[in-house]
Order: sequence, then structure tokens, then C-alpha cells
Amino acid sequence: MMRLTFFMIVMGLLVAPNAKAAGGGYPLEDAGVDLSDKASLYRGAQTFMDNCASCHSASMMRYGRIAEDLGLSDAQLEQLMPTDLSKPGDVIESNMPAAYAQETFGIVPPDLTLTARARGGDWMYTYLTTFYADPDAAWGVNNAVFPGVGMPHVLAAEQGVKQPVYETHGEGEDAKKVLAGLEAPERPGSMSAEAFEEKMSDVTAFMVYMAEPAALKRHQYGPYVLAFLFIFTLVMYLLKREYWRDIKH
Amino acid sequence: MIKSLGKWVDDRLPISHFWNAHLAKYYVPHNFNFWYYFGSLLLVVFVLQIVTGVWLTMSYKPSAENAFASVEYIMRDVEWGWLIRYLHSTGASFFFIAVYLHIFRGMMYGSYKKPRELIWIFGVLILLVLMAEAFMGYLLPWGQMSYWGAQVIISLFSSVPVIGPDLALWIRGDYVVSDATLNRFFALHVIALPLVLLFLIGGHIMALHEVGSNNPDGVDIKEKKNGHGKPVDGIPFHPYYTVKDLFGLGVFLFFFAFVVFYWPEGGGLFLEHPNFIPADPLKTPEHIAPVWYFAPHYAILRAVPDKFLGVVAMVVAILILFVLPWVDRNRTRSIRYRSTGFKVNLFLFAAAFVGLGYLGTQPATELATWAARFLSVVYFGFFVALFFISRRERTKPVPERLT
Repeated sequence: MMRLTFFMIVMGLLVAPNAKAAGGGYPLEDAGVDLSDKASLYRGAQTFMDNCASCHSASMMRYGRIAEDLGLSDAQLEQLMPTDLSKPGDVIESNMPAAYAQETFGIVPPDLTLTARARGGDWMYTYLTTFYADPDAAWGVNNAVFPGVGMPHVLAAEQGVKQPVYETHGEGEDAKKVLAGLEAPERPGSMSAEAFEEKMSDVTAFMVYMAEPAALKRHQYGPYVLAFLFIFTLVMYLLKREYWRDIKH
Repeated sequence: MIKSLGKWVDDRLPISHFWNAHLAKYYVPHNFNFWYYFGSLLLVVFVLQIVTGVWLTMSYKPSAENAFASVEYIMRDVEWGWLIRYLHSTGASFFFIAVYLHIFRGMMYGSYKKPRELIWIFGVLILLVLMAEAFMGYLLPWGQMSYWGAQVIISLFSSVPVIGPDLALWIRGDYVVSDATLNRFFALHVIALPLVLLFLIGGHIMALHEVGSNNPDGVDIKEKKNGHGKPVDGIPFHPYYTVKDLFGLGVFLFFFAFVVFYWPEGGGLFLEHPNFIPADPLKTPEHIAPVWYFAPHYAILRAVPDKFLGVVAMVVAILILFVLPWVDRNRTRSIRYRSTGFKVNLFLFAAAFVGLGYLGTQPATELATWAARFLSVVYFGFFVALFFISRRERTKPVPERLT
């Protein structure tokens, strides 16, 4: 009994949730990422190239690899690449000069290759959907999971700008204004809320894929490896039983 | 032809002697249970780490400028590089899972007791070197957690009185963790420590095969021999335990492969999320947590208010294992025939270890710190309690033969 208890405690330790920086404590929303949905990944890749890649690099991701993994045609690949001179072996590189970025945004936009893996897909999705109006912030917007963010609301035209709802925590001098939730934009964007959320879900899926292209390979080979090991183990069990037939125990 | 070649070699090299001495005519108790799989599994994981490590070395660049990118290069552009890397990173965690279970087995069945003290000492040395090996390997991906984890741990040495700051400087080769540190850790991780491990594992197994394996009953099978001078309760390791261990290996590899193919990050425990951000000496992560297998020791470190004494407590938490064969004064080996006091004591020890492991991965809130203090006392209390419990312990009679 004790042995079993110990074993279970050990296993419990292994799956114990690890504290992950959520930033601001705003609840993360489910990104609904499905890496097997190649169409969603492709739509995400297009959104990424159209909206993110002009400022952000993804310097470890090659265009050719995207085409290969998502099964894109040559025409689709060419459309994805920024210029006629781009080659499939090239990585996603923004053409914004670092000095200009530093001057304009106060920061060089971070490389996005691994961001979804460092932060998690749900964080990524929540970040993309929770820009809100904040007159005190540099670009007039803030972010629910990334307070004080240096990025403008690039998709304000599509989403509109959400309005914050604040709560006051504490009293007197300790009183703190805390973001309690977000409300629909005063002036709606060009896209419906559902369509926008789906678009962000797609781009999140692409970023999750981009952070670990090997995930597709893992899922591809995994079942065969596990099936082999299952059969191997079964055969070994039968072999062991056969050998041990004459041992008294 | 092949047979005569084999004989030619065997006349000049003791191959068949080795085979017989360590496998075909090496007699072991027939009652090994679940806990006895981990020794051979650890050997397999060790070989796996060496082999995957060699292949990683072919593409890895040990420099502050290129290390992070070279790991991603392995993950993306090297054929099957992702698999080799995940086998290696998962291997590190499974190494420790198996090591901790293996050590706990030794504690349950009294495998550290006479005449196996030296096997135990070799084992604790292996644990120490393995921890150094893992710590240095963890710096190599050069992510934020690699960098700041190393920064925190190396800075602990600076709390040693008098020589501390110079010692930390000597270890790093710089005033902060830098390219110089990465290069020397690479050398130690890839060459020096694996060689030391190889020798220690050799010593561990040679010492084991000299006195023979203990077993869940803690009965000495060499006491009862048959007409041929073989233990009546013993069976040759090969083929009996080779096939049994192959079955165990299958089960182990199934779990292993599941992690490699479906859960390589281990929920942020096997590969920590902030480690996917390149090391930045100017930006400290908000929460620096060690990898899970160092978490219990890290929790003990944080539990002690004084930094230097914390380091001492953390080190002693491992070194104290060396004296276990002499702390336990009872001759009965197996937990099966020992007192309730012993069982409760050992259970509390294991629970404290797991609890400390949990706390070590969490931010040090006041409540968590007090919990870690309490569990640290339980951890060290195990050895004190054992010393007294084992003096006049009421044990059950040990059978003469295996049950």
C-alpha cells in the first residue's frame, strides 16, 4: 500500500501544474489551436505575414519549411513570401531597421519564432484579442495580459478598440485601479467579433506551429512508435513468462 | 570458422569468463519485484544519454552567441534533430525519476547494509556527479532559465566564508555567467563528468557483483547452497532477468516515448517555458525555478534564512546519504520485517522529499517557506529518528529462505 501511495505521489509531482507567468492575472482564454487543421495554419501564416512580419522577425522559420509542412503549392508559397527575390530557404525577416524601431517604439520588436512556446498558445491568443483603450498609454492602448505593452493595436481597424471596465481595490491611499473586464468597442471594427476571434485563433495556431514545427512530426510518428513498443513489450512479457515457467516463486 | 575465431579471441581475452561471471552464471534472488527494474533501466538511460549526446554535439555550438540558435537549428534543420534532442532532454528527467526510485528501493530493502555499504557509497557518488552533469547540461541551451538558474546556483558559492567570491569567480571564469562559463560547462558536461560517471557506475556494478544482490526479503541467498555450490534461491541473471528486464524496459520505453512524442515539455517541468527565450544577462525572469529534479534541494536551500547555512543544508541533504549504512543500526534489511516506526519514518521521508520538490518549483511565499522549513525538518529528522529507532527495534523474524 505504501509503495503504491509513494508511486502516486511521485506521479502527482510530475503532473503538478507549474506556475506560469500570466502577467496581470487576467484570465487566459482558450485559443482553440488545432495543429492538424492545415487550412487554419495556412490562414494564420497569411495573417502573420500581412500583419506581424513587417515589424517582427521570425528568424528561425524558413518559408520553404512552412510550405512543406502545410502542403502549400508553389504559387501559395510565392504569395506568402514578401518579395519576388525571396527564396524558400530564407527565414522570416522584418525589414524594419532596428534603429528606427528603437526610436519609434522604444524597443526593437521581439523575434516571434518561439514566443508562443515561451508564453503558451492561450496567452498568445488572449494577448492578441485584449488590446483596450487607455489614454495614459503611449499608443492610446494597453493590453490585458501585457500591461504597458509597447506595441500599438495593429488590428484596431478590424477589431475596433475595446473599452476597459475598472474596479477599485483597497481604500484611501492604497486604492488601486484594477482592470476587471473588457467591453465591446464603441465604434465596431470592420470584422465581426466572431470573425476576428477566429482570425486570431488561426494566427495563434500558426505561431504555435512556428515555435515547434517538429510537433507535426511528433504527432505523425508517435502512434507507430507507441504501437511498436506495445507489441515489443507484449512479446517480451510472453517470453519472460515462458522462461520463468520452471521457476518457483 | 566463426567458432574457431571466437575461441582464438577467447584464449586471448576473457570474454566468456566475463559473460559467465556477470550474466550467465551470476546468481541472483528469484523474487525481484517492481522496484528492481530501475538498476538496469538506469544503465540503458545512461547509454541513451551518451549516444544522443554525441549526436547533439555534432550540431551544437558552445558559444554564448550561437548556442541558443544552434539548439533551434537542431530542432528545425537537422534531420531527426528534434527527436535526438527530445530523447536527450526527456532522458535527463527520466534519469532522475529512475535514480530517485532506485535510491528509495535501496532504503526500503536495506540494500545499503553490510556487506553492501560500498555499493551504496558508489551510488551516492553517482548521484552527486549526475547532479553536476545535469546542472551543467542545463546551461547549454542558453535560454533564460539556463542562464539565470546557473547564475543563482553559482552565486551560492560566493556565500562560503573567506574564499567565497573568489571561488564563484573561479567556477564561472568571469564576473557573471558568460561565454567562458558556457564553454567550460560544455567541456565538463560532454567529456569530464560522463567519464567519471562511467568509472563510478563500473565500480557500483563491480562491488554489487562481488557481494551479490539484495532482495525484497533482505535474505542472504548465499547462506543456503545446493550440491553444486549454487544458491538454492538464486537463478542465473541470464536468461531469467535479461528477459524480465527487457519486459520492464518495454514498459519504461512506452512511457518514455509517450513523453518524447506527446509531452516533451512535461508541462513546463522537463523543458521550462522561459527557456525558449534566449539568455539575456540584463533581464531577470520574474520567477527563477530550478528543473524539477533539483527542486527538493532548492526548497531546502530557500528554507534556511541564512544564505550560507542554506547552502550547507542543501549540500548536507545529499551528503548525509553517505552515512546511512551506519545511521541505521538494525541488522534486519527489508522493510517487510521492520517495525512500524521504521515504516512511518521512511514514508514521512519520502513524502517530505516529494513535498519539498513541489515547493521548490513554486514562488517562495511566506506560507510556502514555512512549509519548506517544516518538511526540511522532517527530511533531516528521518536520519535522527532512524538512528534511535534502529537501536532497539522490534523486528519480525526474518525467514531463512525467500518467501
